[in-house]
Amino acid sequence: MKQTFAIAIGGAAGQGVATPGDIFAKIFSRRGLNLNAYNAYQSIIRGGHTLLTIRAGPEKVTNMGDRIDLLIPLNQDTMDRHLGLLRAGAACIYNADTIKPGVAASGVQLCPLPVSELADITRNKVAQNTLALGAGLHMMGIGFPALEEVLREQFKKKGEAVVAENIGVARAGYDYAAAHFRAFANPLPKMEKRYAVLSGNTALAMGGAAAGVKFYCAYPMSPSTGVLHWMAAHARKAGIMVRQVEDEIGVINMAIGAAHGGVRAMCATSGGGFALMSEGLGMSAMIETPVVVINCQRAGPSTGVPTKTEQGDLWQMLGAAFGDYPRVIAAPLDIGDCFKLIPEIFNVADRFQCPGLVLCDLLLSEGRLSVDPKDLDFSTAIDRGELITSSNGNGAGAEVATNGSYKRYKITESGISPRAVPGVPEHIHTVATDEHMEDGVLISDEFTNPVKRRAMMEKRMRKVAGIEAAVAPPKLMGPRDAEVTLIGWGSTKGVIEESCEILNEQGISANHLQIRWLVPLHGEAILQILKGARHTIIVENNYSGQFARYLRSETSFVPDGHIRKYDGEPFMPHHIVEAVKEQLAGKTKLSVPAHEIMV
Amino acid sequence: MATSVQRASQLTLADMKGKVDPDWCPGCGDFGVLAALEKALVELRIPNHNVVAISGIGCSSNLPGYINTYGMHTLHGRALAVATGLKLANHELTVIVTGGDGDGFGIGGNHFVHTMRRNVDLLYIVMDNQIYGLTTGQTSPTSRIGMKTKSMPFGNIEAPVNPISLALAAGATFVARGYSGEQKHLTELIKQGIEHKGFSFLDVFSPCVTYNHDNTYQWYRPRVKKLEDDSAYDATDWTAAMEKSLLWGDEIPIGKFFERTDVPTLHGSEPVLNEGPLVHLDARVPPDVARTFIEELM
Repeated sequence: MKQTFAIAIGGAAGQGVATPGDIFAKIFSRRGLNLNAYNAYQSIIRGGHTLLTIRAGPEKVTNMGDRIDLLIPLNQDTMDRHLGLLRAGAACIYNADTIKPGVAASGVQLCPLPVSELADITRNKVAQNTLALGAGLHMMGIGFPALEEVLREQFKKKGEAVVAENIGVARAGYDYAAAHFRAFANPLPKMEKRYAVLSGNTALAMGGAAAGVKFYCAYPMSPSTGVLHWMAAHARKAGIMVRQVEDEIGVINMAIGAAHGGVRAMCATSGGGFALMSEGLGMSAMIETPVVVINCQRAGPSTGVPTKTEQGDLWQMLGAAFGDYPRVIAAPLDIGDCFKLIPEIFNVADRFQCPGLVLCDLLLSEGRLSVDPKDLDFSTAIDRGELITSSNGNGAGAEVATNGSYKRYKITESGISPRAVPGVPEHIHTVATDEHMEDGVLISDEFTNPVKRRAMMEKRMRKVAGIEAAVAPPKLMGPRDAEVTLIGWGSTKGVIEESCEILNEQGISANHLQIRWLVPLHGEAILQILKGARHTIIVENNYSGQFARYLRSETSFVPDGHIRKYDGEPFMPHHIVEAVKEQLAGKTKLSVPAHEIMV
Repeated sequence: MATSVQRASQLTLADMKGKVDPDWCPGCGDFGVLAALEKALVELRIPNHNVVAISGIGCSSNLPGYINTYGMHTLHGRALAVATGLKLANHELTVIVTGGDGDGFGIGGNHFVHTMRRNVDLLYIVMDNQIYGLTTGQTSPTSRIGMKTKSMPFGNIEAPVNPISLALAAGATFVARGYSGEQKHLTELIKQGIEHKGFSFLDVFSPCVTYNHDNTYQWYRPRVKKLEDDSAYDATDWTAAMEKSLLWGDEIPIGKFFERTDVPTLHGSEPVLNEGPLVHLDARVPPDVARTFIEELM
């Protein structure tokens, strides 16, 4: 078992769960530790219940794990909900003035802080949080200067007095723990590396900036809004035009307008907003103007559970917009991949002049992960494809730039026609959402022509073969001849990976196939991989097995079993491990693990 | 609207002719709008390749295919959103949006209001025939009460929108109404609309000779009165414009209702564009800036 340490901080929204969470995260990452943070919350600005879990360790940490080592309840509700989750060796730090502990399991250390004795609570409303930070740090065996440094940064804008006040309170918590509480048995080591800690939304936005996005627009919608926030805050430094638009219909159309003008344009939304964008995607495909749309899935249908995760939009993505048209759909595998995928999908969308769809979810969008700064590469390749931005043709389009004969939808073997942007002399043309001829003239109205229609359909659809060749097929991870093969897609990569590690440690050999490119799927390659598999199980965060159905429709492949979860919360490793065991024992073919943490 | 300072040395009407001829019904008001637009572009000498005509869907939205400029024939109701994106990507282009009343005030109503309040620098020409033509004659948002159509065979019971009042209320900085049967006057309004810095709205009575038997050339001819003929009318007075916009009946005003020039355009308000159009900016984030983005996270 790899060494990790998980802290859970819970309270009502508005009680200040985020700040101690950020501080712990910063301290861990500066000590060279990997971390993953997941915030379980509700659609409420003040009140409700929020539980932030930060899990850190010297090795790769990809998910919230199975165990809470330190619980910091900021209110009675949190104590009542979660104390029972703690197992031997764990501890709970709480404000003894306001919170009564329940009955803890044996071996759980209860750590009451006499908050009003240790701090002036009339001056510092969040003193209990800061005291708990200090106390927790001491119990983890981390020296006080690490906390002092972060507090100084955190509060420096508020002036020296506030900085000193907070450091004093934290110190009091630290010293009180030294005198009264037992330290944790296995302190996390200090490592040499330094990590950036970021959310999937920040990664998606930064990936856009790295891809050369010049136009970003959005309508606010959880859990995608973080992309808009990063873009808006960094727009002027990065040279990106960022607009908030009246609705998602406006968003997709504005993005396509900008893309048509010659810049890379991107937008992000969630399932509801994506539904409104559907018609626009068809336009992108028909006029062959590439655009990248991110769908950060939340639990649906309809308004659903806006603050909870799900992989329930796959079929919406597959079916978005009417008619047949080429496009790409990819699901990032983790937060680092949120960054990496955006330039990749832009290159494919630009080369093949089609929409690029990114299927992210709340788990990645709002989760946070430590990422090696080297993996945030702003000098990644930018391939705009056959784009004509000046009258002498700008490379690939040169031969068609002769006076008056430019054909925007020239029929080619690859299906790709050199694309001139408005403003370039001698390339005047009209693009149309109606079916059109090579020169853009409509064939839909006056003289519909089956021969020409067929030729244009085939021209566009020929791009599909090129796209398939441009995108890498998936690879099997782990031992070839494993007892069980777990198949997942997108954000479940980390938790399935860890489940496989646990299974292997427990003597059940497991391997893992994680799908990143949904379209093109590389069905043949997947069948080759799965041909020799002994027992296959598809793991996904939805009710109906959307990926299982898709895989079957594309390849006829039927797995031996399914593990599904649709309660709004992500998988924890033990959910998958236990489900695999019950399925290998022949007890069921469909496992739906229950989420034990009530959030 | 106006950002383009570049002028062609000479343009003729022949230069404006598109790849195909219009397929509108003989006598359609839209012919007059196309002719006036071509004349305006010739007179302003804006190079064809710097003009983009953008439309939605409907009879009048076929216009971009009939004129020799860059064109986009987009989705029903979405032309203004597409045009906003295009203008922000390359604000040196002259953007002209054309469409019908159903396209602009019905399915596209939301974008209409928001594009005006943003003062996007473009000219929006609505060929307003008070009917859905391409779908063979249904009630439109500007159909008058009582008008009988295929979708309201017993007469329309819903009050029409007043595009001029709506535009004034939404903050359009140039608001005018033309009539397809008044060529010279319409050409002049289009020229003014193109030259105006900001959102120019031009509602044009463009009779549908096939499906609208109420609002015909014969009906309009005696009613339209040019605001320019009233020397006392002040088109910088918003309240006066709002009052004029309410007139409907024996006398219907056409001409420039309102113009103000003190409101910054959307593209003019965004410092990201200080260095020039987005399309000409370097796609790469400078390495030192990229470094600060990563350091923030550490």
